[in-house]
Amino acid sequence: MTVKDVEKDPANLTMVVTAEFDSPVERVWQLWADPRQLERWWGPPTYPATVVDHHLEPGGTVTYFMTGPEGDKHHGWWRIGTVDAPRELTMEDGFGDADGRPLTDRTGQLRMRLFEHEGGTRMELHDQFPTLEQMEEMLKMGMEEGLRQAVGQMDALL
Amino acid sequence: MVVGIGAPEPGEAERIDRLFHALADPTRRDIVRVVLHSEESVSALAQRYPMSFAAVQKHVAVLERAELVRKRRQGREQLVSGDIETLRSVNRLLDQYEAIWRDRIGRMDEILAETGDEIETTSKERNR
Repeated sequence: MTVKDVEKDPANLTMVVTAEFDSPVERVWQLWADPRQLERWWGPPTYPATVVDHHLEPGGTVTYFMTGPEGDKHHGWWRIGTVDAPRELTMEDGFGDADGRPLTDRTGQLRMRLFEHEGGTRMELHDQFPTLEQMEEMLKMGMEEGLRQAVGQMDALL
Repeated sequence: MVVGIGAPEPGEAERIDRLFHALADPTRRDIVRVVLHSEESVSALAQRYPMSFAAVQKHVAVLERAELVRKRRQGREQLVSGDIETLRSVNRLLDQYEAIWRDRIGRMDEILAETGDEIETTSKERNR
């Protein structure tokens, strides 16, 4: 398993996820720093992400949209806090309106850190969730993906 | 099977806000822990914490609005017990968040397993 540890704190609405990879720190950093790689893992296959702007610098923004099965588009953005390549990235993240303009009332905070670990990389994600809308929207997309996988597994059994 | 993306049901959004607000206080979390184990009167709870009866009563009221505890009257006492179903729903929400990150990290793994050439090709295929 790549995911080594997940700590959830329901009261503070935070979650810390620790994962380990065999690849070096510089390579794992590219998953975040290269928009073409980022869009391959950010959204689930049923809601693939397309990265529009990608300015990974303090105060910079990353904007993207996720396209749903009906062609429906869901805009999202990051506002970069600090960048210490290839070790640390902090950001606010949130959703946008239909035109991609950031909705700033409900934003989460994410801190991503990379450490060298046994010849590979340990990634630590500290996620502070917003109260609601972003959470609901993310969860619905996540749930649909879960259903899709479950249906796929059933197909395989039949 | 399509799960619609839209505004959350009006009541549901407020309900979740109340839940997280209720749990964002250490005394309230402790009260929930205690009354899940056994039903307690408000006055017995008040003796556990260095605060007034009224303050504890307020905390219980916040928990009650969030449906984390239930209150019933027995003679002159108000008895408080925990609502396990509501707590389960908080955990389910966080479990779903965990699943989102587990999926993302799984996809990261797949990308890292590829060589540079494959990244180009697969990325184009996915964008078709």
